[in-house]
Amino acid sequence: MNAPSVYGTVGVVLQLLIVIGLSPLLIGMMRQLRARAEGRAGPGITQPWRDLRKLMRKQRTSPRGTSEVFRVAPLLLVATCLVVAAVAPFVTTASALDPVADLFAVVALLTLGTVALALAGLDTGTAFGGMGASRETTIIALVEPTMLVAIFALSVPVGSTNLAAIVTSGLDDPAQVFSPVSLLAAVALIVVIIAETGRLPVDNPSTHLELTMVHEAMVLEYSGPDLAMVELASAMRLTVFLGLLANLFVPWGIATSGSVPVIAIGVLAFVVKVAVLGAALAVGEVFLAKLRLFRVPELLAGSFVLGLLAVAASFFLA
Amino acid sequence: MPAAPGRDRRGAPPADRPVTGVNTVQAGLLTAVTFGLLSALAALLIARPARSAVVGVGIAVCGAGALVAGVAAMVGQVASFAAPDLLPLSGVVFAIDPLGGAFLAVTGGVAVATGIYGVGYCRGGLDGRLVQCMLPLFVLAMMLVPAAASIGTFLLCWELMALTSLLLVLAEHRRRPEVASAGRWYAVMTHLGLVAILIGLLIFAANATDGTYAALRLAGQHLSPGLAALIFLVTLIGFASKAGIVPLHAWLPRAHPEAPSNVSALMSAAMVNLGVYGIVRVGFDLLGGGAAWWWLLVLALGALSAVYGILQAAIGTDLKRLLGHSTTENMGIVLVGVGAAGLFTASGDLTLAGLAMAAALLHIVNHAAFKTLLFQSAGSVVHATGRRDLDYLGGLHDGMPRTTAAFGIGALSASALPPGAAFVSEWLLLQALIHGLPAGVSATIVMPLAVAAVALTAGLAVATFVKAFGVGFLARPRSREAESAHESPPSMLAGMGLAAAACIGLALLPTLVLPTIGAVAGGVVGSGDPVTVTATTIALTDFAGSLSPLLLTVALVIGLVATLAAARALATRRAAREARLWDCGAGPLSARMEYTATSFAEPLQRVFDDVVQAEQDVDVTHHRESAYLVEAIEYHRRVPDRIERRLYEPVLAVMAVWGRVGRRLAPGSVHRYLGYGFYSLCALLILLVVTR
Amino acid sequence: MLSLWRKIRAVGRVAEPAPPGPIDTSPPPAELTAEAIKELHGSVQIRHVDAGSCNGCEVEIASAFGPVYDAERYGARLVASPRHADALLVTGAVTLNMAEPLRRTYQAVPGPKLVVAVGDCARNCGVFSKAYGVAGAVGDIVPVDLEITGCPPRPDAIVEALRRLTGR
Repeated sequence: MNAPSVYGTVGVVLQLLIVIGLSPLLIGMMRQLRARAEGRAGPGITQPWRDLRKLMRKQRTSPRGTSEVFRVAPLLLVATCLVVAAVAPFVTTASALDPVADLFAVVALLTLGTVALALAGLDTGTAFGGMGASRETTIIALVEPTMLVAIFALSVPVGSTNLAAIVTSGLDDPAQVFSPVSLLAAVALIVVIIAETGRLPVDNPSTHLELTMVHEAMVLEYSGPDLAMVELASAMRLTVFLGLLANLFVPWGIATSGSVPVIAIGVLAFVVKVAVLGAALAVGEVFLAKLRLFRVPELLAGSFVLGLLAVAASFFLA
Repeated sequence: MPAAPGRDRRGAPPADRPVTGVNTVQAGLLTAVTFGLLSALAALLIARPARSAVVGVGIAVCGAGALVAGVAAMVGQVASFAAPDLLPLSGVVFAIDPLGGAFLAVTGGVAVATGIYGVGYCRGGLDGRLVQCMLPLFVLAMMLVPAAASIGTFLLCWELMALTSLLLVLAEHRRRPEVASAGRWYAVMTHLGLVAILIGLLIFAANATDGTYAALRLAGQHLSPGLAALIFLVTLIGFASKAGIVPLHAWLPRAHPEAPSNVSALMSAAMVNLGVYGIVRVGFDLLGGGAAWWWLLVLALGALSAVYGILQAAIGTDLKRLLGHSTTENMGIVLVGVGAAGLFTASGDLTLAGLAMAAALLHIVNHAAFKTLLFQSAGSVVHATGRRDLDYLGGLHDGMPRTTAAFGIGALSASALPPGAAFVSEWLLLQALIHGLPAGVSATIVMPLAVAAVALTAGLAVATFVKAFGVGFLARPRSREAESAHESPPSMLAGMGLAAAACIGLALLPTLVLPTIGAVAGGVVGSGDPVTVTATTIALTDFAGSLSPLLLTVALVIGLVATLAAARALATRRAAREARLWDCGAGPLSARMEYTATSFAEPLQRVFDDVVQAEQDVDVTHHRESAYLVEAIEYHRRVPDRIERRLYEPVLAVMAVWGRVGRRLAPGSVHRYLGYGFYSLCALLILLVVTR
Repeated sequence: MLSLWRKIRAVGRVAEPAPPGPIDTSPPPAELTAEAIKELHGSVQIRHVDAGSCNGCEVEIASAFGPVYDAERYGARLVASPRHADALLVTGAVTLNMAEPLRRTYQAVPGPKLVVAVGDCARNCGVFSKAYGVAGAVGDIVPVDLEITGCPPRPDAIVEALRRLTGR
């Protein structure tokens, strides 16, 4: 691993700024694309930032009977996303924090955020909060095996689960990126990411019907700045997951050395990759309806099989 | 806690050290035995008000002694004690090596926390002479099992442990009828396990010069593979049943919840470990490794137990039973590590084997810490509310904030999420499994499935503990008892505090204990240190991979503080307003509208219906005047243990049939009994004539 | 899936071109309302409450948020919980059974908050005035900031009112 350099620190700061600053824009872009596909004009891609600014100015409410868990959960949710944004190789592989956490730790951190939110949902003691928490944890429990098996498949050719190592090895050996292992693992991971970020067909982020909610049901009690944090965090989660997907499978463009133009290219490449993935996701969602909750396990089981196939392929094709 | 120097001393022969004087191991063990016996004696002599305090403190001192002795043994000190004439066969022999030291230290640590906890917990009902006398004896027996160095000593301590724990499980049999049934299951299964171990070890001893481990080790190298496998399998049955491994787990979810909570903590955090100790001792040490398929079997059993245990826990609603199932799960994870270590040893990947073994040992330590804490907090809840059913709990954060915090820390540690303790050990285990892929074709199939099993277990553990914590402690109280819950006495909180501190320490600074544990694991499988540790970061020795729990937590805290500061700075100055819960405008929400543990687990139950096969029925009572109006709906759900139903019930049925048949032989006529005696004597004589 | 794609391409944009921005005419918003609108600044989350409507207004609200009128392009969005909302869109004369829920919903909205009475029933009970089950107009139950006339109001009237809230 590179010694923590000035550029490593710069990379960390840049990654944080990009993820915080651009993730609401990503959501805005996806909503805008969807609006266009539906024949609407759309509110423009800066609308999520307007929403956040407004929410920050609104009054905070604390529902009666809730404990500290309810108040800390949004902070923790944002904090996990921030840590992942700082640790993972998005702009540069020479992040100063790379030895701190690997792919497992990153995934577990993101799960921690979800758990905090699920506990907050239960803490309110409302029926919808409990329902959302129950559904979300069920999905997490089922997502975990696929996630880890996909990570397994990715790390076998590299011999490490460290994020920078996986990304660098993809850069060094482009053939690896187009191998069946990579493709199978990518498909498995895409399904998992859709489930983890609560997109269609697992969860409908714009539903108004409580009975169909998963993520939304947990946050029904939040308002004002707390809600702003939850919204920002869910945007950051999506960005972080898409960024991971992009850099694990299409690593080109990421800065491997420290100089201003290289890092600039890294920033540009990251933004473009995440934007393209987000656009693909938004367009794909137009064609999908939400699955029934009890059909979701079938989807996840399918992606698990793909993950297993990827591992098998990584051994037999090695 | 010992740090790096331990590694240098480990390899040195004992002769290098001064033989005179008492070393730390001996001193610690002597303290443990003395205080253990003294508190057992004190329990008999001291009158009731002070009894539980004296015994509790005695157990804590005894545990501290064992902890010191165990840690000293782990870093390389040895101690042995022999009294050849005290018992037949090879007499009483004790010797502590690093492996035994690890288990001794874990038991000691658990004893310290539960001893102090027991001071307050045992007041009111559990401070009778018998229970208070058995408690230190049980702790002592658990400490002597890993210290034993001959078959006779081992079996003696093992049986002492089984008997004392049985009496402790039965402590509350007058209050609840279920205790008796649980005790029956436990008595039968633990003794069947003992019989299995006895048979296995006796076959082993018959092929050695005597019953000491040294002799067995020597004999183990020359055993035929078939005989070695037989010994391993037969002892595996006994040890696995002690560790609560599926399908021999049936006693565990019965006995652990029905025992008093301090006993549950001791059993779940310390006693089950000794099953793993037995497997490692016999498999690795005495039999010297063995064939790959042994360990494949161990790994498969471990994976099965992990998934099955946590699935039952995820669906269950009884707080203590859920923790019992989680013990099965965690022992399963440990056995996955042990099995993987054995597989890698058989295929010659010693570094990997060391890594897997270190993961297993670290998980044992972590599990001991968080399971002690969880059972103690569950005990505190039962103490305050008298209820174990999560469906009737909730809202405890108001009445018992400290217990809630303690359970929260335990739940985080148990659910394999950073910054929790189990995350570190499961991370190590996953690293071992992932890097084990090139080990061979069987590994290609086994390792991904093992990873998937561990991952599914981790996922379901998250669901389980979100349920236990979220439904049991947060939200609003679902019963009057939960509403009027009060905090437990200070001694119980102190015990919980100790266990919580251990959980936090293990989660943030595994770098302090990992070198020692790595050295012990390396010693067991014969490899070098599997992990390299700097002040904050754990790195794998031969593979690229690192993790820094401390820095990760620091980063998380920085993120948290930064978010809070940003939110404070950017957000409105408007004062927060307390508001009623959003009830869709329909009037206040009552506690009966909350999600319960049953409803929380319902999606999981439906997803895993093929495995769990819950029995549910819904009774709808209609109004008298119209069938269209519903008066009441009753929902019943029972989750029978399927393995138990398939495996145990047929056996029990056959036993019952035999019993009925056998009863005909005993009609009560003395003449007939005399006749039986006469005919058997004749048969024996004929047999002798024929064979000689 | 391909046919859906073809349809998306063939139909293209159906939203009508945006009419000119909000015209500040009668009646001038109250002091408090103006301040609230300034704070919201282009983003208004709306919770719709049916306080006893005949569902005529609901149909029009639905088409105001549909593709042709597309109220969302001005920064208005319907949400699922009053906690997330900045404005209540209340329709219908308030019935006795809905008076209390309406009050509770209003209380559940974090400040600054606005109430829009949609349709003549909401403004003054319309044809249901003095009916036995009616508690009163929306303004009798909660403070109203903006009224939309019509029975039911046309979608462009609703859109125009929403644009006055979002200021876009």
